[in-house]
Amino acid sequence: MSAPTTPGTQTSSVPAPRPPEVQRVRGSRRHEIERRSLRILRWVVIIGLLIVTLLPFYYMVLLSLRPIEALLRNPSSLIIPPAEFTLSSYQQVLTSTAAGGQGFGRFIANSALVAVSAVIISLIVAVPGAYAIARLPFFGHRQVNALFLAAYLFPAIVMAIPLFVLFTRVGLRGSLVGLVLVYIAQTVPVAIYMLRNYLDTVPVAVEEAGLVDGLTRIGVLRRISLPLVMPSIMATGLFIFMIAWNEFLFALLFLVERRESWTVSLGLSQLSGSAEIPTTVLMAGSVVLTLPILILFFSTERLLTGGLTAGAEKG
Amino acid sequence: MSALPLRPPRRRTLAQRDARTGIALMSPTLIIVLAVVVVPLLWSILIAFQQLKLLEIGTANPFRSLTLANFERVFASGGLWASLGTTLIYTAGSVLLSIGIGLLAAMAVRRPFRGRNFVRAAFLLPYVAPVVAVTFVWRTMLNPQFGIVNEVGQSTFGWADPIPFLSEAQRTVEFLGAQFPIPTALLTAIAFEGWRYFPFAFLFLMARLEALSAESEEAALVDGASPLQTFRYIILPQLMPVIALLAVLRTIWTFNEFDDIFLLTGGAAGTGVASVRVYEFLTVQRNVGAAAAQSLVLAVVLVLMLAVYLYLMRRRGERL
Repeated sequence: MSAPTTPGTQTSSVPAPRPPEVQRVRGSRRHEIERRSLRILRWVVIIGLLIVTLLPFYYMVLLSLRPIEALLRNPSSLIIPPAEFTLSSYQQVLTSTAAGGQGFGRFIANSALVAVSAVIISLIVAVPGAYAIARLPFFGHRQVNALFLAAYLFPAIVMAIPLFVLFTRVGLRGSLVGLVLVYIAQTVPVAIYMLRNYLDTVPVAVEEAGLVDGLTRIGVLRRISLPLVMPSIMATGLFIFMIAWNEFLFALLFLVERRESWTVSLGLSQLSGSAEIPTTVLMAGSVVLTLPILILFFSTERLLTGGLTAGAEKG
Repeated sequence: MSALPLRPPRRRTLAQRDARTGIALMSPTLIIVLAVVVVPLLWSILIAFQQLKLLEIGTANPFRSLTLANFERVFASGGLWASLGTTLIYTAGSVLLSIGIGLLAAMAVRRPFRGRNFVRAAFLLPYVAPVVAVTFVWRTMLNPQFGIVNEVGQSTFGWADPIPFLSEAQRTVEFLGAQFPIPTALLTAIAFEGWRYFPFAFLFLMARLEALSAESEEAALVDGASPLQTFRYIILPQLMPVIALLAVLRTIWTFNEFDDIFLLTGGAAGTGVASVRVYEFLTVQRNVGAAAAQSLVLAVVLVLMLAVYLYLMRRRGERL
């Protein structure tokens, strides 16, 4: 354990409880006990939480690489004997239904198409909007801002019924276009919120210098502010991608009847109810669903978490 | 786009031009949010007062006659109160658990150590991973036939029988001679929520902890405060505003959570929260009106919670 040592005397053996008057003295017995137990407790917490967070993901990968017979024979094994190692689950989950697989290749294409479209359109819409909210004092500014915050906090299940009816009526239910539209509406408010925090970090003086030099507001946005916050815009885009890729409820409501349009999330949830498909194959599907998100997230982690919690430092 | 007024005589001030540009830049977002969030929401209120079956939604006149039948149906048979009660327990348990674990985790990784970045990243995994994938892994791990939890429980901890974590509504646990009824599936769902959302609390609390000034803690140390006293009287009070904010945000989201419960238990075994009931009205009973009425009840509760949230934000001096 390499915990940094805290100042204080190092006393050995576990001491008995001390009378209260001693407690006020710095480095007293009580402090020492607390310090030591906290140091141990800290590692207990860290290791315990590491196991709890990592084990399910390890288990996911593990099962996807073992044949189902081996799993049923020895369910509690946490290692893969080399003889059992197989990639056949991945092969089966990815090949198309026509070729006897589960067709996740198609689902991946659907998910990617929906998520990428949502990212592009959301950003095109949200970047100017966020700039307006961050910098321009237009009429109704506060109300619009409150509206977006409310839309961001409003949960999907409440929106699901009316959107279901609306999209059925206009004939967009069952199409990926309809899904993209819903994802845009779901992600624009949070994108605005994040982008606003980023755009706030651009010094006003820099923008004013641009204005003085004869740029219009649009020019300032395009030539000065956007280049400065470009990495943050990328991060916001990735965050939108994650929301769209992970989304389940609307995919279920809109697309469940059309297997060729399923996203990966929907496909996995639908197929995991069926008894014919081995769990190991579905685990391979879970890995396929999870991996892109983890790669994206951890390549941009710092930026993302900074944008989400901006303002929390203020207390 | 901004600088050319139609009537030449008066030149607009910068503020006026900015205001116009602001509205122009804002409009696309505003239109989308109005079209896909606000209008459907208003329409949903209308549907809640109409008799509308799933088969009719393509053809029915949007302005048909109004009725209270849906609400009678939603409030009848005690189903609503049972589901709201379940939702309440589920929400309170999940929020407490996720913030509690998040606080523990944030305090544990507060001081630098080797591998801190790795630990941080690992702690974020449950929150980032797709909900369908993680619920599926949980279901497999908790499976009574070949799940690893029951397997280890039976072989190592000497459980007599496998525990059907996600399909058993209640079991009786004997402790110190007394018998306690335990809602198995609901507790499992709460544990899942704690697991999945503690990273959210962890992130916010870490950000706040990093911004705390060291001075007051050093002063407390000089005054002879023990580590626990320092936490209780110096650190925790400074974290309280963030914890309150987290509690409100998590309450709003958990109260309306659908995916997690639906994917874990399908709403069976005593986990029928209100949002699952909305879904059942829509797809099982095929009664769109009743589904809208149920979701309206949820929305009213939500608006109340939003008001609390906005009040807290205002008090923090947050710009709205």
